[in-house]
Amino acid sequence: MDTLALHISNGIINGPVAGAFAGLAALALAYCLRRGRRDLDDRLVPMAGLVAAFIFAVQMLNFPVLPGVSGHLLGGALAALLVGPWIGALCVAVVLVVQALVFADGGVTAIGLNVTNMALVGTVAAYAVIAALLRVLPRTPTGLGLTAFLASVVSVVAASQAFVAQYALGGTTRLTDFSLGAVAATMAGTHTLIGIGEGLIAATTVMTVARTRPDLVYALRHRRPAAPGAPQPATAGGSAR
Amino acid sequence: MSRATRFVLGGLLVSLLLAGVVSSFASAAPDGLDSASTKGCTTDEAGEITGGSCMARNAKDHELAGSPLADYALRGVADERLATGLSGVAGVLLTFAVGGGLFWLARRRRPEPAAADPAGADPAGG
Repeated sequence: MDTLALHISNGIINGPVAGAFAGLAALALAYCLRRGRRDLDDRLVPMAGLVAAFIFAVQMLNFPVLPGVSGHLLGGALAALLVGPWIGALCVAVVLVVQALVFADGGVTAIGLNVTNMALVGTVAAYAVIAALLRVLPRTPTGLGLTAFLASVVSVVAASQAFVAQYALGGTTRLTDFSLGAVAATMAGTHTLIGIGEGLIAATTVMTVARTRPDLVYALRHRRPAAPGAPQPATAGGSAR
Repeated sequence: MSRATRFVLGGLLVSLLLAGVVSSFASAAPDGLDSASTKGCTTDEAGEITGGSCMARNAKDHELAGSPLADYALRGVADERLATGLSGVAGVLLTFAVGGGLFWLARRRRPEPAAADPAGADPAGG
């Protein structure tokens, strides 16, 4: 089995569950696009493309976390901080689709599962942490760095547990020797370590951007980040796009 | 060249270096998910599952395993580092093109959406 494949492969989760998650992921991404469009001005478009390309690059960089186990950045926290949660989730999804269709990484039939875990759950969990922390932490490079670190850890562990939930719903092998509970604990443990690694990368990246071009950091644009679902405070209301 | 353009080009250059050069030094060990996927099964030296019960027991090959960039190695390039690096460069450029293109198509066209336009000028959404 090739070890560079880090996303869910084909045949791990059964067809009906994979299909259901593909539908769910498509609907959620369409909603992200609808909500994110109002942020997509001439300045954010190239930045969002860059964030997707950067996440693709950094996902190639597996770092060791335990003897014989590695991990890599998923990118939800970084993307949410730099381009906002809606466009951020789309950036991660673009990376996952390119990986599945061009690099044979992550099964094509598993794409809805992978988008759900890494692009949606990962970004939502990250943004929940970001929205909470940026209310109390200073909007300085250091404050953003700490936010990026903690949001990354939470986001990666949440994504790993979303996989466990998917396996509970549609896993193709009945686990006997190594139970689903053991899988959940192992995944939480390894992904805490992976999250720490991701947190260091994300914090370094966000702090670098915040020092050089603070105007390009989404989290620094608005006074306070809008809670997911809440209307944007700064813009004129009423645009029903 | 505007400062924002310079920033994006600089960021792309960093991404190309990471994917094109640094990627050769990445860990080849299975990642957190792969490693949990084979727990409970026995494997041979090549990592192929030989028995037991584990999540990857019924895993199937990738549909596009034969594609020219499968598994982050440009097919036909013997040198492993070069094959990985070239695939990384291709991936960064492709992801930037796909992502940037998609976001450009979806961009907000007018700064003030409520203004003068008669309803119906918008080509029926996404």
